[in-house]
Amino acid sequence: MKVWKYDQDNINTDMLFPGKYTYSCSTPEEIKPHLLEDLDPNFSENVEKGDVIFAGKNFGCGSSREQPVVGLRYVGIKAVVAKSYARIFYRAAINQGLILIECPDALSSYKEGDKVEINLEKGELKIGDNIFLFPKLPKKILEIREAGGLLNYTRNKLKENEQ
Amino acid sequence: MGYTFAEKILKKYGKRKEVEPGEIVTVRPDHLLTHDNTAAIIQKIETELKKYGIVDKNLSVIVLDHVVPAASEKTATNHQKIRNFVKKHDIKNFYDVGYGICHQIVVEKGHAKPGKIILGSDSHTCSYGAVGAFSTGIDRTEAASIMLTGETWLKVPKTIKMILSNKLRKGVSAKDVVLHIIGDISASGANYCSTEYYGNLSQFSIDDRFTISNMGVEMGAKNSVFFVDDVTKKYLASIGVKKDFYNSVYSDEDANFNKKYEYDLSDIVPVVACPHSVDNVKPVDELKDIDIQQCLIGTCTNGRFSDLKIAAEILKNKKVHKNVRLLVLPASKTIFEKALSEGIINTLTKSGAIILPTGCGPCLGAHQGCLAPNERCLSTANRNFKGRMGCKSAEIYLASPETVAISAINGKISDPREVL
Repeated sequence: MKVWKYDQDNINTDMLFPGKYTYSCSTPEEIKPHLLEDLDPNFSENVEKGDVIFAGKNFGCGSSREQPVVGLRYVGIKAVVAKSYARIFYRAAINQGLILIECPDALSSYKEGDKVEINLEKGELKIGDNIFLFPKLPKKILEIREAGGLLNYTRNKLKENEQ
Repeated sequence: MGYTFAEKILKKYGKRKEVEPGEIVTVRPDHLLTHDNTAAIIQKIETELKKYGIVDKNLSVIVLDHVVPAASEKTATNHQKIRNFVKKHDIKNFYDVGYGICHQIVVEKGHAKPGKIILGSDSHTCSYGAVGAFSTGIDRTEAASIMLTGETWLKVPKTIKMILSNKLRKGVSAKDVVLHIIGDISASGANYCSTEYYGNLSQFSIDDRFTISNMGVEMGAKNSVFFVDDVTKKYLASIGVKKDFYNSVYSDEDANFNKKYEYDLSDIVPVVACPHSVDNVKPVDELKDIDIQQCLIGTCTNGRFSDLKIAAEILKNKKVHKNVRLLVLPASKTIFEKALSEGIINTLTKSGAIILPTGCGPCLGAHQGCLAPNERCLSTANRNFKGRMGCKSAEIYLASPETVAISAINGKISDPREVL
């Protein structure tokens, strides 16, 4: 597992997925080559399943485009750990089942080579020898994540209503 | 303890007896806005649409505006898919290529009314706070889900009170006010919060309020509201929205506010948001020697009639600098026609401006005015993110229409107070 550390605030949706591709790329396969293109040109070629992203405040600010979230989920990012998130990005992550951890002290604590472990059940993030706690999500939101994202949740609901 | 605007609306729509910030409620919005992204949205739920159809043909407002007229076979095909979808499901509120920018259309055509909830798969959906609506952005997947079920969850936000006192000075506009606030509280200063505006607001027209509410998301706000007053009532009456069809919602005096910011408007000067962040705000007189190659007046932030009018006043009998391309992007066909009949378009084109078809134009870097490496653009849009206008080594500066107009003449960033 690799940690992609971006020590900056306000990493916006244009840096995660440039707007010029918004209306020409919508499938995960089309999104992947442009993922984080204007932030880190090495990312999309070298990212592997299970990797983690560390970042500063207000991660995902800007547009409502969901391609960054769809792309990060597709390449297998295990979690994003940031100081805080912009709200539309946060919702999009819930809806796609991408794990976001809000942890103000994680970024400064992480040193190259530290082992990172995430326990969602306990709400616990371990970086090297340091343990950070993060709050659990409300029940309604966990239901969406457990269904495998919002569309599956909605499909289940439509089926229930049918019966 | 009383309730804030957001709490009152979410209490009503969530069918709760009481609510508090942090609580999750399920709501049925009055409208769902989608635009060119409707094509990608319906693609996600093709099977469900066949089986269940859409929940309500009056719920969706669909406006084609992001890449219009189509720039490629792919975008043209997306528009075609959307037209077919609209026809098949008999969607009542559809605005094809050429009507205008979605946010302008939602307000101008009376879809945004005071006290209503409007959700949209576009981050600047928060604009409708300008007419007292609760409105906020969501992602495409959520829009797909709402098309099928008509409902979604919302978290009750904390509320920030913004108090704007005294009077703006000449040459200073609503755009300067909102950039000043974002510069002060940062791009995440209102994250997850509802913001409410108070103070000496009668000096702000609906156009001005639209600019401020539009940029709410640039400070992280969930919604950004101006309460209904005489200015709102007069505007709504002018577009044919009768009083019986809306419900003005106001916060209680004893409501619980998370934070309070106070600004003396007479202290605010013309400002510019410098690359590559909207909160990198500096007074215009600190940036005076920066040369520019492109100027943009328009977009959902500043493409309204009053914006074009003030730009024309500054550009009248003047020429755009030979090193500058000035692009003008009216926010709707109605605005364009009014500007045309009042001679504003003529004044602008005589000065050397290029009038673009109404839509989002080059704001998101998809077409019609992308930048080349190392170029600088001074724009009235709402975002100056790296790469936003199609090139990651270009720079975008954000300012008011007044500042952009005078700068277009001088070929470098200039202070509008010199001519106003």
